Amino acid sequence: MKKHTKNSFLNYGIIILFFVIFQTLVSTKHISNSLQGQLIPICVYIVMALSLNLVVGISGELSLGHAGFMSVGAFSGVIVSTALKHSVENGALRLLIAVIVGAIIASVAGVIIGIPVLRLRGDYLAIVTLAFGEIIKNFLNVLYVGVDAKGLHFSLKDEASLGLDIATGTTIVNGPMGAVGITKISTFFSAIILVIVTLFIIQNLVYSRTGRAIKAIRDNRIAAEACGLNVTKYKLVAFVVSAALAGSAGALYALNYSTVVPKKFDFNTSILILVFVVLGGIGNLTGSIIAAALLTVLPELLRAFSDYRMLVYAIVLILVMLITNNEKARILTTEFKYRLKIKKKSIGNKEVSE
Amino acid sequence: MKKKLLSLLLTGAMVLSLAACGATAESDQAANDSAAAETETAETEEETETAATDSADGAVTGTLKLGFIGPITGAAGQYGSLANYGAQIAVEELNALGTGLTIEYQPEDDVHDAETSVNAYNTLKDWNVQAIVGCVTTTPCIAVASEAYSDRVFMLTPSASSPKVTADRDNVYQVCFSDPNQGSKSAEYISENNLATKVAIIYNNADAYSTGIYQTFVSEAEARGLEVVSTTTFTDDTTDFSVQVTDAKNAGAELVFLPIYYQPASLILSEMDKQGYEATVFGVDGMDGILGIEGFDTSLAEGVMLLTPFAADATDDATVSFVKKFNEKAGETPSQFAADAYDAVYTIVDALNAYAAKNGAFDVTDLSAEELCDILINTISSDDFSVDGLTGAGMKWNASGEVNKSPKAVIIKDGVYVGM
Repeated sequence: MKKHTKNSFLNYGIIILFFVIFQTLVSTKHISNSLQGQLIPICVYIVMALSLNLVVGISGELSLGHAGFMSVGAFSGVIVSTALKHSVENGALRLLIAVIVGAIIASVAGVIIGIPVLRLRGDYLAIVTLAFGEIIKNFLNVLYVGVDAKGLHFSLKDEASLGLDIATGTTIVNGPMGAVGITKISTFFSAIILVIVTLFIIQNLVYSRTGRAIKAIRDNRIAAEACGLNVTKYKLVAFVVSAALAGSAGALYALNYSTVVPKKFDFNTSILILVFVVLGGIGNLTGSIIAAALLTVLPELLRAFSDYRMLVYAIVLILVMLITNNEKARILTTEFKYRLKIKKKSIGNKEVSE
Repeated sequence: MKKKLLSLLLTGAMVLSLAACGATAESDQAANDSAAAETETAETEEETETAATDSADGAVTGTLKLGFIGPITGAAGQYGSLANYGAQIAVEELNALGTGLTIEYQPEDDVHDAETSVNAYNTLKDWNVQAIVGCVTTTPCIAVASEAYSDRVFMLTPSASSPKVTADRDNVYQVCFSDPNQGSKSAEYISENNLATKVAIIYNNADAYSTGIYQTFVSEAEARGLEVVSTTTFTDDTTDFSVQVTDAKNAGAELVFLPIYYQPASLILSEMDKQGYEATVFGVDGMDGILGIEGFDTSLAEGVMLLTPFAADATDDATVSFVKKFNEKAGETPSQFAADAYDAVYTIVDALNAYAAKNGAFDVTDLSAEELCDILINTISSDDFSVDGLTGAGMKWNASGEVNKSPKAVIIKDGVYVGM
């Protein structure tokens, strides 16, 4: 079996194992409410980390506006879900539609942002993506959306200017107050499906012809251009796929809570996701999964420290960074792996000789 | 290499020492609490005595597990930590009464974030919480309220003022005014007292609280024939208000309505002073605290009017005693958030007492959150239940969870709040 195929199956395995274990715990009620409530957010953050890893790790561009795409997906998902409340009764089907619409609209945003942004390189790109994240947040802060018997109404002024029919109208998105009264339809099962689909898309993209082109551009842009690769196109592919996945995660996230506000998806959230990616290892999908899951649960596990919680969190982050980047630790792990291999080989040899 | 290992070791040591810190601080706190509880037995509080408890045969006994959710750290940390102190004082006082009811109190931090708030709620559920005081801020409160609604856990929020918090949920009640009430009451007050006919509004359009009050103010102002001549907005990061103030000045507004928190309000007042623009300034409860800003020239706030349920320099016994205890505990003057949380704890206990008075003594220890939720809903929303608290006398609740109390308007004169 090829090495990358093995890695891919390892990732699917981790997710399925995660699902089986926690689903059993949930159905046998052996899980704390605290952990059970975090299962869906964990999956959402895994998808966010995986999709950002596609941009940061595989395509080698630093993006600081990933939460912006998440918010686009979140709000479009909520709008779709609320608007279809009466026409599509089935929650799972409505969730599917919301997630798909979230992904499509986020990918449109990805194209709009990607075309000008991907002409920039390095630090400039990071700063412009940061700015776009803030623009999306501020745009959503003044966006008002309502629905009534006539259909959807949009406004950038205030709630009153939506002109909703009083009897049948409801405001879905109310500027800085965000979306309120969302019917919760996200489930742990659907979240796991989304993670698996994300893994499927990213892994197949990375090991495809396109993926190799993206990596070639990352490693040496000039050489890749000289080979005739269309740099902007391949970068855009990675960027848009990443945006779409973030959008679908956003929709799933928003539909897990009864309210969602634009402020949630600010710069801090983008950085948080970047932290998942960096801690898990840039370009390392398995690492992203584990880092996202652990770091989402960690602040809750630290509740015992009360006021010092976030300080301890920060210190733990520093510790993990130091340990994973420590030369000696690295040498130790490679040595350990090497010895393991020798052992296996010697066992194999013995079997042969016997 | 050695250096690196050393630094690792030191960081590890730091984490551990911090951990130790957190733990000892907590146990100290607990020790203090019980000590305080003993010494304070003598001074019982007047406001606990509702009509119901006076005539009570039945008493509530047992242990009530009361949770609190609010932003104790983070950007909105001030609101939550003050509310937390307020609630703690109420719990200590009630435990000191020695009525047979003991309150176990557990605060959880939500950093003013819906996701963390739901996590905090779940943590409380693992602790077998029976009723919740919270959340302090609106957005987290909406998220938690929907969870609590499906789990049937009673929530009494001190300060989440949006009507969306209580809408369609019978288990969520508010101690504070809802935003529409504040907006419409302000417009009502301005027009009834003929303070102005031309009004300018400056509000934060990135903030749910501010936008909520603005929307209801405008519709009530229209109905009452107030002319809104200038409406300008700002966001959280704004530090220069010259554009907004100039616009209001040029439009000839006689009154500037500021449905915002006190920090930006102080900047607006300085800017108005700089431009020599003399108009009446009218605020809402978020303005409470403006006199406490360090480095702010309080003479600028002279003549500012605001609607607030609580003024820390009121002279009634209950307020004076609360402010004194609060100062000892937190080292600062309580805001209305603290007073709201204090009232919230008392309201829950009063409701239990009122229920016991009607239906005989009962033990809360083994009641599930669901059973307690029904008791509290029925008692609090009933017509004959009212609470005299720090934030209003005769507070009554309707079935939708909104409080009914009269707003207090205060004006700043000679650097203090004076009732109007």
